[in-house]
This record gives sequence, C-alpha cells and structure tokens, in this order.
Amino acid sequence: MRPESHHNGSLAVTVLVSVGRHPLTGRGRRADQDARAVELARSLTSAEVELLHAGRLDEGSEAALRGYLGMGFDSLSLLEQPVGADVLPAVAESLEAAGPQLVIAGERAEQGEGSGLLPYLLAERLGWPLVSGLAAVEDVTEGVATLLQALPRGQRRRLQVRLPAIVTVDAAAPAPRQSAYGPARRGRLEVQAAAVMDDADLAQWQAQPARKRPKRLKIVKAASARDRFKAAAAKAEGGGGQVLTDVAPEEGAAAIFKLLKEEGVLR
Amino acid sequence: MSDIVRRDPRKEWIARNRLHPQHLEVLAELGQGAASEWMGPAGLIRRNPHAVGFMGPNGLKRIDRSGVQQGAGGGGAAKSAAQSKPLVEIESPAFLVAVVPDMAGGRLTGHDRDLLGLARQLADADPAARGAVLAVVFGEHKEDDFEGAGVDRLLHLTGAEVDGFAPEARLGALVAMDRAWMPRHWLLPDSKLGGADLGRRLAARLGERPATGVWQLEADDEAAMGWRCTARGAAGTVDFQRAMPRLVLALAECAEPVSETRHAAEPLALPEVLPSQLSRIQDLGQVAVDPAGVALSEAEFILSAGNGVRDWDGFHHAAEVLGATEGASRVAVDDGFMARDRQVGATGTWVTARVYVAVGISGAIQHLQGIQTCDKVVAINMDPGCDMIKRADLAVIGDSAKVLEALVALVEQSREEKRNAA
Repeated sequence: MRPESHHNGSLAVTVLVSVGRHPLTGRGRRADQDARAVELARSLTSAEVELLHAGRLDEGSEAALRGYLGMGFDSLSLLEQPVGADVLPAVAESLEAAGPQLVIAGERAEQGEGSGLLPYLLAERLGWPLVSGLAAVEDVTEGVATLLQALPRGQRRRLQVRLPAIVTVDAAAPAPRQSAYGPARRGRLEVQAAAVMDDADLAQWQAQPARKRPKRLKIVKAASARDRFKAAAAKAEGGGGQVLTDVAPEEGAAAIFKLLKEEGVLR
Repeated sequence: MSDIVRRDPRKEWIARNRLHPQHLEVLAELGQGAASEWMGPAGLIRRNPHAVGFMGPNGLKRIDRSGVQQGAGGGGAAKSAAQSKPLVEIESPAFLVAVVPDMAGGRLTGHDRDLLGLARQLADADPAARGAVLAVVFGEHKEDDFEGAGVDRLLHLTGAEVDGFAPEARLGALVAMDRAWMPRHWLLPDSKLGGADLGRRLAARLGERPATGVWQLEADDEAAMGWRCTARGAAGTVDFQRAMPRLVLALAECAEPVSETRHAAEPLALPEVLPSQLSRIQDLGQVAVDPAGVALSEAEFILSAGNGVRDWDGFHHAAEVLGATEGASRVAVDDGFMARDRQVGATGTWVTARVYVAVGISGAIQHLQGIQTCDKVVAINMDPGCDMIKRADLAVIGDSAKVLEALVALVEQSREEKRNAA
C-alpha cells in the first residue's frame, strides 16, 4: 500500500468483535473471522482502529476479548448486553455516535444464531453500502476504498466503494497475528451501558447440538434389473460426447478453444 | 377396412416351419420378420424363440435380455426418456414460490437444483391449491433444462446493470418483484456464490427475519406458514428447530432435486421498468490470480497431464497461457514429471473443476472417480478407445503436443486481436 494515500487525515475504522467458541473444546476464544477482521484493520496504514463488542462481561468472555487486545490495542469498548438480547440497536446507536468511515466485521458469529445478518441489518439501518467476503483493502483515497473481494475457487474481484461502508471478512482474509499476553493483560475493557432489546424469536426456538446430517442416498430410478445393476457396478459410459478423429491439430484446437470460450474460463 | 381377421392357414404353416424354403419371405410378409412375439389370431401372444437374439462373433447365438434389441433404436432412448416425463402445467397458481438460483458459470448448480426441489415440495404440498415455482435469473445463462429442474415460471433479467457484482441492482429487482407478485415463499441458496449475500440483503430490505442454513423442512400445522425447519447455527454446532419464515436460505442437499416431471418454465416479465439507481459499489472486474496458487481441489479450470505427454515444456507453457491450474495423473506423478500434490484421482485430489482438460490420460477408474464432479471434460488422446474418451464431452484424437501448440497459438492470436481492437 502506498503511504501517501492517506495524507488527508487518518481513517477511522471500527472492528466489531465477538466471543468465539473453540470447535473442539467449546471454550471461549477470539472468533476466527473477527480476528481476521482485526488483522485486516491493523494492515491499514494511518488508520485509527477501535474495537467494539456487544455482550456480557464474565470470566469466559473476558479472556476471549483480551485476546483481541493482545493484537496491539489499548482498549476495547464493550456495550453491556444480557444473553439472548438483540444487539442491533445498541451497536447501531454506538456507530452512529462514533461515526467511523469503515466498519469491519467477521461474516458470522460462532455462538448464538450465527446467521450473519448483523452487518446487513446495520448497513440497512445506517444506509451504508456493504461488501461481503473481503480478502484485502488495497487502497483508501478521498473517501473511496478499493477492495479485493474473495470469490469461490480462489478467484478475486476488485471493487470500489464509497465510504462510509461496512465490510465483512471470511476465511480468505489474512490469518490473524498471535495475541501477545502482556498487552492483553494491560488493555482496558471500557464497559458502557446501552439500550437493551430482547430477542423474543430466538427464545421460542429449540436449540440442540447439531446432529450429523444424513448422507444423501444415490437413488436409482431404473425400470429393469439390468439398469439397476449397471448403475451400481458399471463405470461411466459415454454421455454422447463429441469425438473428433482424423482431424488436423488446428481443427481440434479450434474445437477446444470454442468450448473454453463458451465456458468462459479463458481470460 | 373390415376388422375381421382373414387367416391364411398355408402361410401360417410356412411361418411355423423354419425349414420351408419360403419361410423368411412369409415371415416378412406377415410382419413377423424380426419380431419374436406377436398377437395370434385367437388373441393369444405367440412367441418365436428362434427369432430372439443375434449371432455372436464366434458363430453362437447370443441373447441380450436388456430390452435394447427389441427397442426401435438404441441411440434415441435417452432423449425419448427425457421427453416422456410427464409435463406438469400450472395455469392459475394459488401462490408463488420465488427461487433465486446462483447460476454459477451460467448453469444451475447442484445446490440450485436441490433448492428447486425444495420449492416444488412447498408448491405441491396441497394438491387442491398448487403453487408455482418462479425462478429469477440474472444475466446471460447457458442453462437449457429449467423445465426438468422444476421451474414453472422464469423471470430472466439481463442488462449491464445486473451483470457482474451488482447486489444493489439485483436487490432492487427482487424488491420490485416482491411488490408486484407477493411470493408466499422466498428461497435462496446459502452459498458463497452470491446467494447468501443477496438473501441477507433481501431480508434486511424486506424486514423479514430469515431462516439461514436450513437443511430440513417438515410440515407442521401449528406453525404460521404450515412448515417447520431445522437450521444450522453457531458455526455449524447447533441446530435450531423453528417455524419456517417467509424467507429461507437453505444449504445444499436440503431436498431431492426434481427428476420425474417436466414443468412449463414459462417466461415472465416484470410489470414495471426497474428504476435506475446509482450504485455505490463499483465492480472493477475480476483480478488475474496465479493459477498455480489455487488449490487443485477448488480450481475452476484444470489442464491435466498423463502418460501420453512427451513435451513437458510445451505442456507447462500451455497451462500458463491458458491460465489453467496444472494437474496430473498418477503415472505422470510417479515418473517424477509432476509434484505429488498435483495428482488428480482417488489417491490424489478429488477435483471440482468446471472445465477439465485431460492431455494424454487414458482414464483409469481411480482417475475418473477423481473428476466425477467436473462439468465439462475435454480429452486429447491418441487412443480412440480409452475410457477418458467415453467420459469426455469433447475428445480430440491426435498428437497432444501438436494440439496444445495449436491451441496456444489460437489463444495468443485472440488475445492479440482483442488488444488491437481495444
């Protein structure tokens, strides 16, 4: 990144962080995607990064939140919310008051409903554009950010978005740095009171540990025994593919070129 | 003509007597030339066991009991099976189920087909008041089987504003659709290919709380919409049982795809012209990524080499020019021409490429297993009888080095033309 791109003042960035859950032990930890979001914010030059969390402060969550402080922060703002509350109003009011240029969040939480809706609802409420699945922020110049979005199959897309904006990151973003113990102990958790709204819907749902999804059976709809046997035992037969025999290499290459063009894999 | 059957006892006798010199002529005349079975004059089925089967290569009679021999033509069987599926038309649907498929690469993905299967479940639940499945497709597509996938109505929106990454324009179209037709259900795939993003945007705009990560659906009279769903939450560790909301983001394999019926796929148009809106997100296009850096299992375009490749420099050059990720068969890896992590097949990587070009690979069963999920397979091979040719959608029989060379020349030429035009 070019350092001269930020000469008109620093960029105010807020990272929304949550308390994660280790997939094996079930202990609280830095949420993986949120830690990547913090790492992305840390990689921006001359950005003033603030951390924001909405939730309850107890023993388990404090250790996890201090994990974010250990990535090089003095303080973290914590909006006090009970378990099972809808954090949208509290976070939206806090963001409206602080007025950051860029809000970075992980795609989904590792606890609770984990629907990944919060960034979208925030964007709708604040009227800001939203870009999902970010791999990198390439440049921020005069209120326009150039972003690199991660697509499936390892592809990347370049986007430009006018700030203020909300962006979310997923596993394609750079891996987070290790949390340092000393800064994590020294950092302050600034607890603020905030409006509380109960999530009535969530309370009505029945939650249970995820059970393994049934494996899809291969259903063979065949009329005769021979067809069923073939489906079970035989290897794939020719699906009516086109075979070019006795052609010049140029002709064959032209046919392949046409197919590749049609499929749009040539750039 | 009269319906009375006129019998010729002499001809019937000749038809029964295989040793009669006129036996074959009479059989042909009676229309029993090749038939081994016919309706006799008394209404009984008569069988001629001698007419069954064919002479095998070693002079022995062989009987194929698959039914292929008696069918009129073997070639058209698959096509006629597709045509013979019953066509279901819903003239005046009681309600609409809107589905927004991902259409990755311009075709319905497996996930999209599952979702359409789920939409059919919702639409056909009440036989007295059946709904119609409405699919919304953005941009150009190459799909020709919307009928077989279970689409009753098709809304196809094209134009520069909805191409590429245009979530705001697409969202505008969906909201206009919602206002115009008020679909009872909205179904979107909860996938990285765009469905998850668009579905959440739609939920936020409509103010509906969606069910995300849905993988099971069952009828429930107590729920408001008549259905309950099971949804994954908390990074895949918790299942939520809840009443199904209006907007559902479903996971892959949420239902069986439609396979037994054909549907109308009748084109629809939006009643109003979409307002042009200023997009705050500008798409600057895809960025060229290093194909060697893409994991083989998720590469989109693979150029794979096997035992038939002699000119390895030419192969690597071709992969670079085409922008393809390199793969290899077991033999090429064992011989040390390619790295172990490039091996495709049951013992290597199971690939999911959209286009797989196999150069000089004969197609061992382990290799074919590894490329099961590839959409289009292109084979370049010397041997016209190998298994890879049978699997391939396009096969070129010839020297792989020369074909690749010609292909590289074509690609470079087209790039040159594009550069000159620009």
